[in-house]
Amino acid sequence: MSEASHHQPPISLFLKVWGLLFVLSFFSYLVDYYEVQGGLRWALVIFFMVLKAGVIIAVFMHVKWERLALKLLLGLPTLAILVFVVMMAIEANYIQITRLTFFS
Amino acid sequence: MTATPKESQVTGTDTWQGVVADWSGDKETFAMPWGKVMMWIFLLGDTFIFGIFLVGYMAVRMSTADAWPETGEIFAMTVFGHEFPLLLIALMTFILITSSGTMAMAVNYAYLGDRRKTVLLMAATALLGLSFVGMQAFEWTELIVHKGIRPWANPLGAEQFGAVFFMITGFHGLHVLGGVIYIAIVARRVHRGHYEQKGYAIVEITGLYWHFVDLVWVFIFAFFYLL
Repeated sequence: MSEASHHQPPISLFLKVWGLLFVLSFFSYLVDYYEVQGGLRWALVIFFMVLKAGVIIAVFMHVKWERLALKLLLGLPTLAILVFVVMMAIEANYIQITRLTFFS
Repeated sequence: MTATPKESQVTGTDTWQGVVADWSGDKETFAMPWGKVMMWIFLLGDTFIFGIFLVGYMAVRMSTADAWPETGEIFAMTVFGHEFPLLLIALMTFILITSSGTMAMAVNYAYLGDRRKTVLLMAATALLGLSFVGMQAFEWTELIVHKGIRPWANPLGAEQFGAVFFMITGFHGLHVLGGVIYIAIVARRVHRGHYEQKGYAIVEITGLYWHFVDLVWVFIFAFFYLL
């Protein structure tokens, strides 16, 4: 069953993705090397990070060729983490304000 | 295998009708070997573990009143008298990406039935993974011995840095080490022809785990070292 239903991308695609990951990593390294700071640094680093993660998931982990049912299984629960990030960011902000107010 | 196609194979693979057919039929929901489903569910759980670790890291970094240490300086290396920020980390990143590439090709050759190439590529993956762990051990030694950073103390800034750094990179390093052992065991069994009857889905399943380890490193690289 696995052999029959498994989509086999050509090796050349893996080599291209490999090269792309190298280039993206190199770009995010350059962001640090040239000491880009502030909002632009965050934007660039997160942009390259999301691209790299997307390419790894889509091509290396074959998710691009999987059925929608599996994509939903992986994608929907992960959204909960984003909600948690927002909640904890609000909480951390509040803790920092109280620390700066009462402990310094 | 029966000759009649399953309902899920008739409806589209990437449509909502396909999702409904997958969940409603009196059959397994996910049209793949059970081991692959279990690996995906394990990886989803692992996503939450690393997700919570990184969220915890964000929370302590945002809430501390002390200055967060400059990671570019902590992890800088001097080569031929010139100081490069994050050189070792960049090298570790390239090694892990390369190992992901060799693993992806091993999966392809496994399904093509080329056992020799599969074993060689998996061995290359395991060796690259091992060198990654070695470099991480070197990095930890630098931080602990030369810079005096501890899980409970950090002479360079906020104390929380030591705690989250050792916890998250340590947990990731253990994942890499576990992956190396996992790959070595599967590669040995491929070499022995253990999967000639069962099929080579196991190589793909092992690959999923390995790519996930690489994926986590993408996030650690960005959030710990670059930002």
